[in-house]
Amino acid sequence: MSEQDKKQKTENRKRKVFRRWIPRQRLVNVLVMVFVLCASFATSAFAVSIPTIDHAANSNFDDILNILFLRDYNTRLVVGSTAILGAAGGMVGSFLLLRKRALISDVLSHAMLPGIGAAFILAVTFGANGKSLPFLLLGALVSGLLGVGCVLFIRAFTRLKDDAALGIVLSVFFGLGIVLLGFAQRMPEGSAAGLQSFIYGKSASIIQSDLLLIGAVALAVVIATLLFFKELTLLCFDEQFAGAIGWRPVLMDVVLMALVAVVTVVGLQSVGLILVIALLIIPATAARFWTDRLRIMIIGATVIGALSGWLGSSISALKPNLPAGAVIVVVCAGFFIVSLLFGPARGAIPRVWLQVRTNSRIARQHVLRAMYEIIESQGDGSVALDPSQLQRTDVGFDELLPERSWSQGHLLRKLRSAIQDGMLTRAGDSRYRLTAQGAIEAIRVVRNHRLWEVFLITHADIAPSHVDRDADMIEHVLGNELVQRLEKRLGEDRDALHVPQSPHRIGGALT
Amino acid sequence: MTWHSYDTWVVVTGALCAASCALLGSFLVLRKMSMMGDAISHSVLPGLAAAFLLTGERTSLAMFLGAVVVGILTALLTQWVQSYGRVDRGASMGVVFTTLFAVGLIMIVQAADRVDLDPGCVLYGAIELVPIDTIQFVGFTVPRAAATLAIVLLINIAVVGFFYKELKITSFDPALATTLGINASMMHYLLMTLVAVTTVASFEAIGSILVIAMLIVPAACALLLTDRLGVMILLAVAVGVACSAIGHASAIAVPPALGLGDLSASTSGMMAVTAGTIFAVAILLAPRHGLLAKWLSLWLLRLRVVREDVMGLLYRLEEIEHRRPITLDVREMTTHLERSTLLMRIALMHLTRKGYIQRPVNAVALTEAGRRRAVSIVRSHRLWESYLHEQASLPADHVHGPAERLEHITDPQLREALAEAVPARDFDPHGRPVPEAPEKIGNGDEEPGRSM
Repeated sequence: MSEQDKKQKTENRKRKVFRRWIPRQRLVNVLVMVFVLCASFATSAFAVSIPTIDHAANSNFDDILNILFLRDYNTRLVVGSTAILGAAGGMVGSFLLLRKRALISDVLSHAMLPGIGAAFILAVTFGANGKSLPFLLLGALVSGLLGVGCVLFIRAFTRLKDDAALGIVLSVFFGLGIVLLGFAQRMPEGSAAGLQSFIYGKSASIIQSDLLLIGAVALAVVIATLLFFKELTLLCFDEQFAGAIGWRPVLMDVVLMALVAVVTVVGLQSVGLILVIALLIIPATAARFWTDRLRIMIIGATVIGALSGWLGSSISALKPNLPAGAVIVVVCAGFFIVSLLFGPARGAIPRVWLQVRTNSRIARQHVLRAMYEIIESQGDGSVALDPSQLQRTDVGFDELLPERSWSQGHLLRKLRSAIQDGMLTRAGDSRYRLTAQGAIEAIRVVRNHRLWEVFLITHADIAPSHVDRDADMIEHVLGNELVQRLEKRLGEDRDALHVPQSPHRIGGALT
Repeated sequence: MTWHSYDTWVVVTGALCAASCALLGSFLVLRKMSMMGDAISHSVLPGLAAAFLLTGERTSLAMFLGAVVVGILTALLTQWVQSYGRVDRGASMGVVFTTLFAVGLIMIVQAADRVDLDPGCVLYGAIELVPIDTIQFVGFTVPRAAATLAIVLLINIAVVGFFYKELKITSFDPALATTLGINASMMHYLLMTLVAVTTVASFEAIGSILVIAMLIVPAACALLLTDRLGVMILLAVAVGVACSAIGHASAIAVPPALGLGDLSASTSGMMAVTAGTIFAVAILLAPRHGLLAKWLSLWLLRLRVVREDVMGLLYRLEEIEHRRPITLDVREMTTHLERSTLLMRIALMHLTRKGYIQRPVNAVALTEAGRRRAVSIVRSHRLWESYLHEQASLPADHVHGPAERLEHITDPQLREALAEAVPARDFDPHGRPVPEAPEKIGNGDEEPGRSM
């Protein structure tokens, strides 16, 4: 079979895998969807079935338990709806974050204020009930989406950048909203009191129909997200590719914006228009620290959002003076800080830890290479050293110190830790000797260093006097596979312990 | 609508506030940091509340300091989350300001029993109440907010004036600034400090969210109107002041006009709406960057292309039929060139007026002057074809399209430079003769394309 045929065959196989991949994803999504549906039904059935106990709790601890385990009917409503809202926010927010559009939720929520005012005025003018919630929320949805449309228009047709477009739309719409709310309050018919609660939210006064609305919307959002999972993923990671295989990125953007808008609208009522931004941004950003895998990130964001909703509204129910929306956000921020510090994928502490470990490995390898080079310079340098030779010779601290620009203390610490790990042994007063393990490691490092130098000289046309620095940095990160390829290239693949000659004079550069 | 002396004070306060915001906003917009203003203005809430809870009274200075500190902290925290957490800037801003806002809200509600601080007031201000609270300032009785804002404006002018060069360089080219020895991040925090101070001074008048309208919208309008930084700043300040005056006037005038009673609408809201309206007008009508100007110049270009295509078509017909002048039916020409009838009619009117074509009934023919222009166009076209074929190695059947576009933007210098560059300059790749330059035949009175 010719090379061409083989290539064709692997290509075909890849394509088949790709083709199969799509329906399987769909299947998984549908299964997850069924699971979510069952779980939500089970939870609500459970919630309804818990007996509502008499509110005569006498101790503080009982209060806490009552609230955390939803024994009180009112709390159950509030906690349930905020937890669902947090979960939906986390899920949609993940895509928003990956699309680098986190602040669009800011615009969306601020731009909803004029919609609320206008809807109220319209309703009252035509003799309807101005406070009908679905109508107000519809108005909010329309004006929010209008605001996003304005942002896109400004970005596409003027020389202003993203940030200015966001700021302009946000502030002008909010100003218009304040003016309209002012008008609404002045309407002779119908009292507009309470419209302002959309700014800060009023989760304490959630009633059953609100919970049902939030639950239904959140469920719809979850289902829509799972249905469009593949499309949204592609939109976030490779918009051009999505366009190239015939999808419309603009349409997918519209879907994403619609999902965000729906979550924002139901969030307006319970946590208010400024804090709903937090539910869209913070859980997703926090989950990003834990993983590099999209699915896990989304699950994490959903869980963090739901937990924040649950804990936040529970805490706020404990004390009379705590606004639930704000407490939820603060709990969310707590999760964020923990994630920022400890998240294994991108957190600050794991990263610093990795840096510290890499630095110490590099320092260790520098010590070993310095030892090797000193021992090598004591012979005539014509033959490569083998491990037994290396173990026989000892090197003094004074000889090591001028090898690199390291301080006495630093070198001493590194030597001590190398002795602890069994790479070196002490051979008399401030003299050191390589162990068998240390000798092999030293040979490996020096060999990698010189292989790279030779490679740079022979294949990259770099002068022998200039290769040391490059090799010095890369010797620590050359993987096995790369070393093998270098060996093959340079004809050094006979003996893994054979160290080639240094292509340049050693030590001359520093003295 | 009746205008009282306190209305003047409201406008003056608003104007002072808008001017100090616009001054800084210009730099924010240029640095693509507009949303930083948003973040800072949202998050001053906990600073105000903390100062309240600590001092237990509404002394302005403590609140002012608290809010400024938190404002600067917002900038710092955003930067930290962005760099230590490797988070997208927008997201890190969102995390920081919503959290601070929530903390502030909790603190205010906690303090609500003891002191009167209405969160609504923080969000959208009470500029209408400004004239009530007056102080003695250099012998005059002026509203306290106006005095504060005047001082803030002076500080802003002084700092921006003193660091004008540094701010300018760091805004446009931070790398160059660094090589010149200007500390770009110091300038960043200086600007952030000024923004925080201005936001806090303004929040009482126009509220913390509308501060961002005054920070960004006038500056954005100015950016659409000019390309020079100095002019931009002045324009932004002017737009801000105009917003204040028009905003307050319309706040008084609009409710009665809508039949909503004599009470005026929210002035700060109206200021934002006015700013938005001015911005919309600027988008449409700005001289160089406005939509109308862009459409107009595009349309004029289309018109010129049609004119030149008409002359080119007539010349080619004469060449094929070996007789001149040749007359062509207008309808036939319109369908052949695939242009709209209206555009064609205007183009023909232009050409007739300039004397390039004659108009027998329902037909057109070249005049001598028109023929000279046509020669120039066709020569450009065929020279381009030869050039593209020979020098750029395009196949002969692919050169017509690009040449058709390039002929319209080729001036005589470029055309003759092309003639120099093409070895076989007598015939194009399709074998048609390249006409002599019109300057050599007679005096070519006008070049076909303006220079680019």
